[in-house]
Amino acid sequence: MTARDAVAAGAPAPENPPRRALALHRELDRVWRNDPGLWGQVTSLSHSTLGLRFMGTAFVFFGIGGLLAMLIRSQLATPDGAFLDTALYNQIFTMHGSIMMFLFAIPLLEGLAMYLLPKMLGTRDLAFPRLSAFGYWCYLLGGTILIIALLAGVAPGEGWFMYTPLSGRTYSPGVNADVWLLGVTFVEISALSAAIELMVSILRLRAPGMKLTQMPLFAWYMLGTAAMMLAGFPPLILGSVLLEMERAFGWPFFDPARGGDPLLWQHLFWLFGHPEVYIIFLPAAGVLSTVIPVLCRTRIVGYGAVVAAILGMVFLSFGLWVHHMFTVGIPHLALAFFSAASMLVAVPTAVQIFAWIGTMWRGRPELKMPMWYVLGFFLTFVMGGLTGVMLAVVPFNWQAHDTAFVTAHLHYVLIGGFVFPMMAGVTWWMPMMSGRRRIRGLGEAAFWLVLIGFHGTFFIMHLTGLMGMPRRVPTYPDNPEWVWLNLTSSFFSFVMTIGFALFLMDIVLQALLGKRSPRNPWRAPTLDWALAVPPPTYNFASLPGAALQAAGAIEAMLPLARGEGFLPGAPRGRREILVTSVGTARPEHVAVLPFNSALPFVLALAICGFVLLMLAGFYEIAVLALIPVVGLIWMWVRRAPAGNDREEIDVAAGLRLPTRPRSGTTLTLSGLQCLLFADGTFFASLLFGLAYLSLVSPGAPMPAWPPDARILAAGAAAVLALLATGAVCTQRALSRSEAGGRPSASLIAAATLVFVALLALVSQAIWQLPDPTRHAGDAVRAAIIAYVGLHVAVSAVFGAYALDQARRGEPPPCRSGALRSWRLWHGYTLAVAALGMAGIWAQAAAA
Amino acid sequence: MLAVPLILAGCQGPLSTLSPAGPIAQDIAWLLWAMLAGAAALTLLVLVLVAAGFGPPRDVPETRWTFGLGVAFSLVVLTATLAAALWVGERILPHGPALEVRAHARQWSWTFTYPGPDGPVQAEGILHIPAGQPVDVLITAEDVIHSFWVPQFGGKMDAIPGRQNRLRIEVAQPGTYEGLCAEFCGLEHATMRFQVIAHDPADWPPPRVGEARL
Repeated sequence: MTARDAVAAGAPAPENPPRRALALHRELDRVWRNDPGLWGQVTSLSHSTLGLRFMGTAFVFFGIGGLLAMLIRSQLATPDGAFLDTALYNQIFTMHGSIMMFLFAIPLLEGLAMYLLPKMLGTRDLAFPRLSAFGYWCYLLGGTILIIALLAGVAPGEGWFMYTPLSGRTYSPGVNADVWLLGVTFVEISALSAAIELMVSILRLRAPGMKLTQMPLFAWYMLGTAAMMLAGFPPLILGSVLLEMERAFGWPFFDPARGGDPLLWQHLFWLFGHPEVYIIFLPAAGVLSTVIPVLCRTRIVGYGAVVAAILGMVFLSFGLWVHHMFTVGIPHLALAFFSAASMLVAVPTAVQIFAWIGTMWRGRPELKMPMWYVLGFFLTFVMGGLTGVMLAVVPFNWQAHDTAFVTAHLHYVLIGGFVFPMMAGVTWWMPMMSGRRRIRGLGEAAFWLVLIGFHGTFFIMHLTGLMGMPRRVPTYPDNPEWVWLNLTSSFFSFVMTIGFALFLMDIVLQALLGKRSPRNPWRAPTLDWALAVPPPTYNFASLPGAALQAAGAIEAMLPLARGEGFLPGAPRGRREILVTSVGTARPEHVAVLPFNSALPFVLALAICGFVLLMLAGFYEIAVLALIPVVGLIWMWVRRAPAGNDREEIDVAAGLRLPTRPRSGTTLTLSGLQCLLFADGTFFASLLFGLAYLSLVSPGAPMPAWPPDARILAAGAAAVLALLATGAVCTQRALSRSEAGGRPSASLIAAATLVFVALLALVSQAIWQLPDPTRHAGDAVRAAIIAYVGLHVAVSAVFGAYALDQARRGEPPPCRSGALRSWRLWHGYTLAVAALGMAGIWAQAAAA
Repeated sequence: MLAVPLILAGCQGPLSTLSPAGPIAQDIAWLLWAMLAGAAALTLLVLVLVAAGFGPPRDVPETRWTFGLGVAFSLVVLTATLAAALWVGERILPHGPALEVRAHARQWSWTFTYPGPDGPVQAEGILHIPAGQPVDVLITAEDVIHSFWVPQFGGKMDAIPGRQNRLRIEVAQPGTYEGLCAEFCGLEHATMRFQVIAHDPADWPPPRVGEARL
């Protein structure tokens, strides 16, 4: 292990001998490239292909969302606009917000991160290539459902925030709200899978010796973003699931007449919705922290301070969701607390802003095209941030809330804090992505049109709001004083649109007609530029060690291409990457990634089938549609590539690594940990719902639920005992398997116990629980049981898989991976079962 | 910049927060102007610093930028803002006794209840209050979430089914004022307007003019 430690200590990398770069390229490309033709696009798992496709698709949705914005501005240009009828207008502003948030901003940042991170971190792909592809298909299919609904005139029209009771069955009887709930949740699968993917890749796939504290700032930003997505999206998904259950089955979580509370929806929604803003901002800030120092030909000012600021934002952003709810009538002390928290989040933002300006002072800024967008960012975002602080002031918020002032503020923050930096980023990385140079003139024209159009539209909108114009109104016949304001905004919005159209045209023309770009045109130091442009399918012919990382992109380019770094070529005809430790990036093992596969696409199609059946209201058949989903996931696991157990690979001179770690954490296990973290947030939100409905909500009191306490306690104890014994058995099976023995007896026992626990739980739920449609308290109780039941059921499937594995006679401990995952999952299941039952007991005791 | 006062002269309107008609709205308006001035100054500062960045390279003391400007300076500004926010916030809260009226919202109209000469009176779309004294509006909703807002009086407060919210308003001069529903509430949200008629305290309670007696 001495060689490993030497790498961690930052000693010069143990180099491999140089080889002919072209031969190496051919060897790698044969293994890593996409299949030919259109089918090759379907089966592609390449992070470069998928990253570009995420971004391209996001820009298409940006175009659609922009067109909707133009319709809104056309309608508002005159006080009596007869351009759209009210129902359609409501659908259009709802879809504008939803598209821009869920189908443009999030996928764009995911795509950029997917494309860049492996290149910046010095590896060949992301940790779970099939998951990237699966996420993309979920995004595309879910987005398509929303757009088709829009074209069919059944798009959601309740606002992108979907406040209940307006979005409930009574006041929105059509399929429109279901389209939002199911479609957006479907799209969110891609956000969660991307978050898991990025987090594991950043923590485990960094080039050997790239310490966490030395990695490029962009990776820090994406680490923060991924963590926020794992914690932020589950409350939204939970809210959507609960609201859909209320709409579909009448479980009254949000119905005040039956003990529900409309404010629970708002809490869940903004518990997601506010972190969402920082999820969008952080990657954009990552682009700025990458671009500004290079364009100023210096280092960033205060790397450590910026990292601290990122972490501060990640934590603070979860403590201020209530500032979207200042007018719902919450206690004054809470108002003061959330007001202070909302202001406090301005501090880490200020740290970053001043770090960037300090960087400009230290260096010599070059006014190239990306720098123009950076300047656009400074002008716009600072104003948006300051109006944000103003809105955190409760008295002012009470006046400005739900007026055009907020519309102006949020566009300043999102276009200033996301779109301008992303335009800088796209301009910056276009030579890499397309291999071509920019066409002069177009970008400059686009920048000025967007800048002038944007401020012309939205600066004056602050005043429109202060003069009392509320959001989401299609006409204002009685208020002539708003006419010139709106007309001005509408006029400039068209200027802005022309600018954005020009920008998109610029990208397309650059990709098609631009002159060949030289390598590393910006002379940037990060590893993403140590590649040919456009980058080869495998990124690096050999992976950079500490010495080559320190040398910078320009110096490292040739040695890497000649195979002088770690793990050169693809001599075994497999897609191999290096897995390193979390903190110091000590090489741990070689992971084998899957070949191109259509499985992600087919799985996404199967889930799409489920979503469509739910939309159509065929709930019984929809449940059946989950069977192919489970079958496909089974196949997914079966087809995961695995190294040979006894195999050791020469990674560098004096460094041999196994393809399966005997004890350390595999990538799969890291991924499962991330998934369970998100799952835990989901469950915590559910318990929050239980507590909120029981303690805070003023709704109708819970009707009596006189259960036979002894039977109930016995049942709960039996389920928990079965699960706990099952956990012991999985542990025994794992120990035997790792010791080289055959774990059959323990395996059968564990699987049986889990299955019996599932039956016990289901029968208890059916016989003991009151009708969930009776009262919100009953509904949330049933939801907790359903959640626990689902986890026990998945644990049972894990058990079936492990048994099948033993039946197939795969020799242990080669396949102990599935067992370890099962143990982790089952441990989590046991914990949530205990917590959930304790919660229900407390609720029953308090009532 | 010279155009600003001219524009502001055109900022008056029946729904404008910039033409306050009572002490609460006045307080908030002052707070707004102060914050706007501060925000403008800060924006200018940042832009000047950015522009100065285009000069020759300079030696940059890192902590002065990240900690000094980033943390200390911003904390000072934010603390001042928070203090002002809490001070004004405390002043506009419903402290002490006040006349109580009710606002009940439904898709897409308002029903108001206020004291008449002989018992409470209900009216559709028109709220009567006395001028020159604090009034608490008790806000409820029938169906979905709405929001009660008379911009010239002060802030807004949501009307939420299953809950009752209290908002303190006060108007200085008798007259007719405009109000609206601020929370998106469905198809006819834009038309959910109402009027508030403030009476001279000498004429309070107002004579009934054909409204249904409760």
